[in-house]
Amino acid sequence: MTRRTTLVLQAVAVALVASLVGLLAWQVLNKEAAAGLVSAVQRGETPAAPPLDLPELEGDERISLASYRGQAVVLNFWASWCEPCKEEAPMLEAAWKRHRERGLVVLGVNAQDFEDDARDFADRYGLTYPLVHDGPGSSLGRFGLTGFPETWWIDREGRLVAYAQGEFTQEQLDANIEKALRPS
Amino acid sequence: MTRRLALVVAVLAVAAPAALASEQSPTLAELERELVCPTCDTTLAMSNAPIAERMRADIRERIEAGQTKSEIKAAMVEQFGEAVLAAPPRSGFNWLAWLLPLGGLAGAAVAVTLFARRWLRSRPASVSAGGAPGANGAPPLDPALERRVDEELARFDA
Repeated sequence: MTRRTTLVLQAVAVALVASLVGLLAWQVLNKEAAAGLVSAVQRGETPAAPPLDLPELEGDERISLASYRGQAVVLNFWASWCEPCKEEAPMLEAAWKRHRERGLVVLGVNAQDFEDDARDFADRYGLTYPLVHDGPGSSLGRFGLTGFPETWWIDREGRLVAYAQGEFTQEQLDANIEKALRPS
Repeated sequence: MTRRLALVVAVLAVAAPAALASEQSPTLAELERELVCPTCDTTLAMSNAPIAERMRADIRERIEAGQTKSEIKAAMVEQFGEAVLAAPPRSGFNWLAWLLPLGGLAGAAVAVTLFARRWLRSRPASVSAGGAPGANGAPPLDPALERRVDEELARFDA
């Protein structure tokens, strides 16, 4: 084998290993960035909400989080098989009806679920707020989610202002809605 | 050669109908091994998460309705994306996942072969550089070591 061939093979091997290490580092950094959102909000900071653009659960349109700029958003991640989600759904529906005139939107992200089950769930609880579907759950990592339900409150500028891991209480829901609606 | 060919044909004759039967009439157990629970990243067979239970129920219904394995997998991919498959499909970019390990193995085999050949080729050269082999065919001792052995033997004899 000539010296040149050896060098080329070595370069290819190094490039391959470097790209695999790069891919791993990119994944780790992405995960850390998402987990960083939770700790930033817990420290009282208000980082920008990651982008979200998903198809409607019922309908052919897509809904983007950016389209709600200027409104406060309660972003609730749920699944029909999740027991605490059944407690939260009526509270979210009531909050949406009570505050939407003030500029509040409740956006439900149904993830890792069968679409039909999700539609049945929405019908059973009479949900009228916007719902999107993310079957593979590709949006979960970006928001640092670890399970269901989890909820983010976003202000009118698109900044994350509060977070609840697991089921929220009525008091938590109301207080965080006021925080999100507060003019900056 | 003929015997080898006969063996390959025999293996194919047994495996092909089994694969066809598995495609046409899949069992829940084999699909549980080939699909992943989206919330826990283990196969369905190893998961008792609520979504895994729901997926099992859905698969059972589809098997009873006479769907093939490909149809059932396609339905799961439509709901949960390609990540629901325990092994990536052999198409497009996914080929990398199949070919990289094979390529790595082939590369390692080539590297080991080349290294071994170079090493074997370099051995006689070092033998000739050090002098003629000993009477038993073993390589000769290092001159310094040989001198020291002689000195030790002479001291022993004295």
